[in-house]
Amino acid sequence: MTTTQESAVAVEMITVVIDGFEVSVPKGTLVIRAAEKLGIQIPRFCDHPLLDPVGACRQCLVDIEINGRAFPKPQASCTIPVEPNMIVKTQLTSPVADKAQKGVMELLLGNHPLDCPVCDKGGECPLQNQAMSNGHAQTRLDGYKRLFEKPINISSQVLLDRERCVLCARCTRFSDQIASDPFITLNERGALQQVGIYEKDPFKSYFSGNTVQICPVGALTGASYRFRARPFDLVSTPSACEHCASGCDMRTDVRRGKTLRRLAGDDPSVNEEWNCDKGRWAFKYVTATDRLTQPLVRNSAGELVTASWPEALAAAAAGLKGKRAAVLTGGRVTLEDAYGYSKFARVALGTNDIDYRARITSDEEREFLAAFVAGSSTTYRDIDSADHVLLVAFEPEEESPIVFLRLNKNFKKRGLKVTAVATKQSIAMDKLKADFIKVAPLSEPAAVANIALTGKSIILVGERASESAGLFSAVAALAAKTGAKVGYIPRRAGERGALEAGALGTVLPGGRPVSDAAARVDIAAAWGVENIPTQPGRSSSDILAALTRSELDAVVVGGVDAHDLPESSAALAALKKAFVVSLEIAPSSVTAVADVVLPVAAVTEKSGSFLNWEGRARGFDAAVADSLHRSDVRILSMLADALGNPISLASVSAAAREFSQLGKWDGARISFTPVSATSSPAVSGDQAILTSWRRLLDMGTLQRGEDNLAGTRRPTVAVISPKRANQIGISSGQQLRISNSHGSITIPVLVEDIHDDAVWIPRNSFASQALVALEAAHGQVVTVVKA
Amino acid sequence: MSDFIEKKNSGQADINSVPFSEVEQPGPAPLAQQAKGFWVTFSSMFKKNQTVQYPDVKAPTQPRFHGRHQLNRHPDGLEKCIGCELCAWACPADAIYVEGGNNTPGNQLSPGERHGAVYQINYLRCIFCGLCVEACPTRALTMTNEYELADDKREKLIFEKEDLLAPLRQGMLAPPHPMYPGMTDTNYYNGDVKEAHPSQAMNGDK
Repeated sequence: MTTTQESAVAVEMITVVIDGFEVSVPKGTLVIRAAEKLGIQIPRFCDHPLLDPVGACRQCLVDIEINGRAFPKPQASCTIPVEPNMIVKTQLTSPVADKAQKGVMELLLGNHPLDCPVCDKGGECPLQNQAMSNGHAQTRLDGYKRLFEKPINISSQVLLDRERCVLCARCTRFSDQIASDPFITLNERGALQQVGIYEKDPFKSYFSGNTVQICPVGALTGASYRFRARPFDLVSTPSACEHCASGCDMRTDVRRGKTLRRLAGDDPSVNEEWNCDKGRWAFKYVTATDRLTQPLVRNSAGELVTASWPEALAAAAAGLKGKRAAVLTGGRVTLEDAYGYSKFARVALGTNDIDYRARITSDEEREFLAAFVAGSSTTYRDIDSADHVLLVAFEPEEESPIVFLRLNKNFKKRGLKVTAVATKQSIAMDKLKADFIKVAPLSEPAAVANIALTGKSIILVGERASESAGLFSAVAALAAKTGAKVGYIPRRAGERGALEAGALGTVLPGGRPVSDAAARVDIAAAWGVENIPTQPGRSSSDILAALTRSELDAVVVGGVDAHDLPESSAALAALKKAFVVSLEIAPSSVTAVADVVLPVAAVTEKSGSFLNWEGRARGFDAAVADSLHRSDVRILSMLADALGNPISLASVSAAAREFSQLGKWDGARISFTPVSATSSPAVSGDQAILTSWRRLLDMGTLQRGEDNLAGTRRPTVAVISPKRANQIGISSGQQLRISNSHGSITIPVLVEDIHDDAVWIPRNSFASQALVALEAAHGQVVTVVKA
Repeated sequence: MSDFIEKKNSGQADINSVPFSEVEQPGPAPLAQQAKGFWVTFSSMFKKNQTVQYPDVKAPTQPRFHGRHQLNRHPDGLEKCIGCELCAWACPADAIYVEGGNNTPGNQLSPGERHGAVYQINYLRCIFCGLCVEACPTRALTMTNEYELADDKREKLIFEKEDLLAPLRQGMLAPPHPMYPGMTDTNYYNGDVKEAHPSQAMNGDK
């Protein structure tokens, strides 16, 4: 259990006697928890350490005596805090408690169907286990059991079997207290009481999978894992989530080489016991049938044909040898792979032209990252002790859901003040009761400058800040003025690791500036090379521009989707022109124009680690065996050998060892040069300034193949202000057309709290792929008319 | 190499030149003892012949002999197996592999929600203990008396669901087909379904 108390504060300890053993626990500890400390297991269903006590199932009855006065009846140990001079007798020492527990179990089983053979929970079911340990061996009931229609979909991915429910209210309490998505509740009374959804309003929570995991019976099950396996068949591997920078601890369950499910792991300092639905259910992309398995080489006729590994590596080396080449890694690389790319660029290609940011970027951001983020350590713990959190260009629920859960926990438990500078009101802001500072796109810097923070405040700034010039400068100035801590939260899991590994033009591994001669000597000595290129590298957009202008000839591309880049068609044209070596797991827009395609392992097939937004290492082992161990770093090492400039990183562990030996840079950092803000463009008539961000569940590459998950996407809507809606004569639900010179998007409109000059659309949702259709995402002027 | 071997052999003595000592050989047994031995042979001439002309003649086994498994059907043809994997769990030899599947309106293989999508028994591993039969909650898995389980390839001894399923009898329809109208899975387990109903026939299944 995570405690938010500062360790410096002395905690009052209370000593109680449980089953004849003394135990000292902090004041306020529940009896059931104190018993756990002694290793005494009291059976329970509704009790969960992260949810408020409710005493719904009554399974944890114990005999309690305080100051020699006994309670007349057994009490629920999950609702009673310890008190001085308390003597507790559990089922182990008190026949009364034992009889009471057996009686409760009998009542719970009275209406529970005997369908364990067809139930997904069978084999890992607390009800099954505790019925064996604390129940009667024989049933005395021979009447009919309560029947419900089974199962019902409460969302496309969660199934509810009401017959099996023991009404512990864990799911409803989770939805209400942790996720603030009270879409499910207990309906009816008495024997007919049941979990239900509001009429015609499915359980569209981003965190609904957690209810499946904490359900102590098989009442809530996931559609994608339905009837797939028994727990004793599964091989579980601790893993980390590859979907965002929150850094959830996970467990991957595999049967016969196939990932069948993923569960949230228990890491109190990061995700506690929760995760989001994307992390839980979006893993089918790995087993998608279109995975690349063999290297491909473009032949003289211009077709990609299957080749052997030596052939492909020789072709790649021939194309890169002596050429002006750059590296684009994408944001999904592991720390070790990013380190491999970083060393490959410097040693094998002799350039600093490397950038992991496959998105809209700015040089201001790159300086900000090198100056303030590399090596920094703002953590979830800091959120727990913050007095005020400012969200800048960051929508926590959509872009880093576990950060949202932590903010929400602090808001619920201690009324944490949250302020958001954003172009649009969002569901998360509503849940957090955040002060919404409404700005027009590109006007964020001015709004940020005037916010009153203290030294205990935190500014959480998202990667979208690079889309408004001067916003990182404003954040840096505000942090310097007030002493507030800055937490930079990218969207992708690999970005922070790639920054620390030096997969950026101005940064060497460990946050060493390229511009610092001592840092270069440091790295050159460690790598056993004569020197490190002195010229700071280009950024991703500059690399693509240089490819277009033929200033660069070749590029090594990791997991980059061209449709994430600001000018996707120009980027693809640039890649088509150049010699491209693509390391990918599946065919993409980049592999289509690549000259050599090298297949690599997906996250579940390789070991490695991610650094989450805090900079905390999230290591994982391969959950599924991949006989070739095709981690990017291994392939880069082979490619470097073929080029004649070895990087000597034959395995992930070798890369990890070498990176940790380098250590962090303790010298001077790059000094940050503030950039002045630009003002929002003026709009008139049916013009509006576009703004957008990605939804958690959208058209993302890693969500392919999971239709049940896609069913809980939030609706694709364009958001305009009431004033503009009046002007256009449109109301919520009607079609709106957003267009510019590149194309148009026509989607239903939602009238909401947004700046009058702005129009918001989801950036990569179905029917609204802003960067593909409009090649614009934030700050550009578009035309908005009724369709 | 060959030189070395020859050299080594050349040092050894000729087997014929090794001296041996005479051993006393036992003489013929007394006549009474010989008669006793021949009596055994003679008396068995009049006993019933135990030899079976297998494989031309196949002697029936005991009725509860543990032979090859069978996956049974309900009287209307639906499979009894629900893919619960309890047999696989019970198996001490890890010979059974099961994957469950979801019954959908277009693909109803067993009564209720769940069916066995994959069902394999590896007869190279099976020890015919019958714990799987004991574990089966729907009486889907029983054992036949068939004992001829030998083959020339290992793969052939992994029996799939099709190999194990009981044949369709009178009144049965080949699944997938819907459940008997008005009956629940509980009725099936209680034996209320006696034969297939005409309405259960799917298109082209008559």
